Formats: sequence, C-alpha cells, structure tokens
Amino acid sequence: MIGVLALQGAFAEHVKILDKLGYPHKEVRTKRDLVGVDGLIIPGGESTTIGKLLEWEDLADEIKKRAGKDLAIWGICAGLILIAKEVDSDYSLKLLDVNVKRNAYGRQLHSFTSSLSSKKFNNLEGVFIRAPKIISTGKDVEVLTEYKKEPVLVRQGNILGSTFHPELTEDTRVHEYFYELASS
Amino acid sequence: MKEEKKATFKVKAGLAQMLKGGVIMDVVTPEQAKIAENAGACAVMALERVPSDIRKDGGVARMSDPKMIKGIMKAVTIPVMAKVRIGHFVEAQILEALGVDYIDESEVLTPADYDAHIDKTKFNVPFVCGCRNLGEALRRIYEGAAMIRTKGEAGTGNIVEAVKHIKTVNEEIEILKKLDAKKVEMAANEFRVPDSLLRETKKLGRLPVVNFAAGGIATPADAALCMQLGVDGVFVGSGIFKSKNPEKRAKAIVEAVTNYNDAKKLAEVSEDLGEAMAGIEMAEIDIKLSERGV
Repeated sequence: MIGVLALQGAFAEHVKILDKLGYPHKEVRTKRDLVGVDGLIIPGGESTTIGKLLEWEDLADEIKKRAGKDLAIWGICAGLILIAKEVDSDYSLKLLDVNVKRNAYGRQLHSFTSSLSSKKFNNLEGVFIRAPKIISTGKDVEVLTEYKKEPVLVRQGNILGSTFHPELTEDTRVHEYFYELASS
Repeated sequence: MKEEKKATFKVKAGLAQMLKGGVIMDVVTPEQAKIAENAGACAVMALERVPSDIRKDGGVARMSDPKMIKGIMKAVTIPVMAKVRIGHFVEAQILEALGVDYIDESEVLTPADYDAHIDKTKFNVPFVCGCRNLGEALRRIYEGAAMIRTKGEAGTGNIVEAVKHIKTVNEEIEILKKLDAKKVEMAANEFRVPDSLLRETKKLGRLPVVNFAAGGIATPADAALCMQLGVDGVFVGSGIFKSKNPEKRAKAIVEAVTNYNDAKKLAEVSEDLGEAMAGIEMAEIDIKLSERGV
C-alpha cells in the first residue's frame, strides 16, 4: 500500500498517477492513516507548511520510527527538504544522508523544465519548481539521475529523494520504481 | 539533450500545483509575513492595505511600494505574491522586475482599463486572476492566467459571495459536461474563448488550472466550507490580521484546510480563537469589487 502525505501540496497529482498504474494507495493525514502503508510519498508543496503540519498532526515521530525499515519514503522537492539529514531549514525528519539547499536555482522566474540524463531512466523530463539542490551525498547514497552533473534523484536503501516533479509529467517510471522499492 | 526551458505554462501552473491544500495570506509588513509563515501559510500576498481597509478608506487602490514588497520577499522563504490593477501591464512589468513569484491581477485594486485585462502570455512571471463564473475563469486562462481564484467579496468577512462563485463555476462545469460538440462551440462563442479550452475543461470535469477560493473567509469553518465545495486551497485577506489573535487564527485556518473533512478536528481548531474580523452584510456595501473585470 502506497501512502501519499496529504497535508499540503501536490498530493492529488500523485494519487492520479497511482490510480492510473492501478497501485493500491491512500491519502495520509493522521498517524492512523499510516497503518498498513509500505511506502510514503512526501509530495512537493511548501516545506515549512508541510513540516509544521507534520509536527502539529503528530506524524513526524511515527514516520521517523518506521522510515528506512518497513516504510519506504520518497520525498519530492519540499518532500526531499523534509527528509534531508542536512538542510537550511528548521523542519526535517533527517532520514536521507544528503545536504540540501532550498530554492537553490532562485525564485519562480528561474523555475524550468529540462530533459535529464540517467543510467537508470532514459530521457526523463525534469520539472523544477523553485527547486532545491542536492549539494552533497553521503557514502551510502546512490545517484540515479543528474542534471548538469549535479544529483537530482538519489536513493539510500528504500529512501528516495528527487528535486524535480515526475508527478507533473505523463511519465510514470519513477512511481513504478518507488512501488518496487516499497514492495520489496 | 533538450535545453532548459523557463516560463513555460507547465512551470507557471506548476507552482500553483505546489500551493494546493494551502492558505495564502494577505500581509502588509515583513513582520506579518513572518507570522503568516510561522502559522503555516504556503505563500503570502504582499500589499499595502488589506481589502477591508481599502474598502473603508476609499480612493484609488494601486500596486504596493516596491520597497515594502522587497522587504517581505526578504523576510520569508515561502513564495511571495503581489497585486496589480486589472489591465495595468506596467505595474506587472515592475513586479516581474522585482522577481515576485506570482502576480494577482486583482479586482481588489482599482481597475486601470475598462476593456482589457493584461496579456499574461507576454510575461515570464505567472498570474492568478479572480472569477465569478466559468466564462470569467476561462477568459482569464485564455489571457494566460496559470491559476484562478473565485472572487468572493473581499474585505467583508462574509463568505456568502465566495460560496456563490464557487458553486456557479461548479454548476456551469456540470452543464458543460452534458453538452454535445455543437453546443460546446456555441458556449465557446458566448464565453469568447477557443472551444479547445472548453473541450479540455469538459474532459477534465474541472478548471484546467488550480482554483482557490477568496473573498470573505474569516474562520476555519469558512475555509473548510470552501474546500468541501471543491476548491484547491484558500486566500485569506483581511480575515487574519483584522482579527483579535492573528497567530492563532492563521494556524487554525491552515489546519482547517488540511483537515477540511474532519469535523472533530475542525471543532478543535475553531476553539477559543478570540474575536473574528467584524463582517459586513452584502446589503450594506457600496461597491461590489467582484463586479470589476468580467
């Protein structure tokens, strides 16, 4: 079962893709919703907003307790900021061994799309919205996709992080990959 | 490898998609912007006077002082929006030069053009525009708006017009879904937009861009009401900083938008918020802002 964290942000876009792929899924707003979830997508949105809501709705501890063990995680953009071990923000679950810088390309005028080179995924479309950058990665982190020689999609065990938004495209391959991670 | 593309419609509409399920708050100072951010706002709208003051003071309401907008952009890391007058494309050029994240071409300010809205396709910065019905929404999208908000009646603290506009858009989309190709073409003529835009709306069963509610939201219950009626998020203007306890009310409205279907949670967050802003009955108002820019 894939859970989509539905506190704020682009969660409906993920639900739509999971629907299309026929994967069992549900929206997660409370601790109770996490029961039975094997993989949690933390969507793009505003990291400060989602970070505060994670605390207020008492979800942070439960996610921390299970992440990387029986709970696979995929953080996208704001979601990546929220799972990074090192980040210039007060709100992080510190699950993925990367150093992330927020809004690293600049404000909205610098948001962009570009095709991405990758060993894992051939010709992936990258949609970057006020995106963060992964400045450095720990030794257990595998870089799956780069943009201009910088990592934009990384994996550590069953934890996945991306600075771009596959849910804003028609391409479902990263969702399929995360589903495999969560199922294994 | 294809090169980098900026300011495409996907990128413009994409930011609005990231704001969904969130609350965008009007702020008039950097201090208020910090309060909004700490309360969980997903973006702030920088302006000189909140709508209820614009209503009270009268006179011409214009784009805010760039210095104030820059101060707010510096104070917070969440996206910053700012308002321009309907049709005032030079105010929009100025906001784009400042680097704001979204421009609201807003009926809350005094219109600058009787006939035309801004040609928003000419800008790299994305725009949000207000609407009362499907025709207004689609005209704005055709002009390049990447996000829509229902207008409601700003500065009143009265939710009735917001509800009316949300329901009108919903009902008109329901009617559209039942029209055959010929009637869709006729509707497109009536709305003065290409029929491709109506066909897309018909296929999606909703507006093709993110749609927030605005104009009159004063309580967590108001915000959840709009969400249950089907909008993607809410703007709160005067409702927060014209209330007794802005911090607490702002946080409560944020939680209400996340938990809009959970009545128990809504009861919890609605408790002990202090006085809401004073509201105005529709019959008492002199100028209906929502009638501007059709």
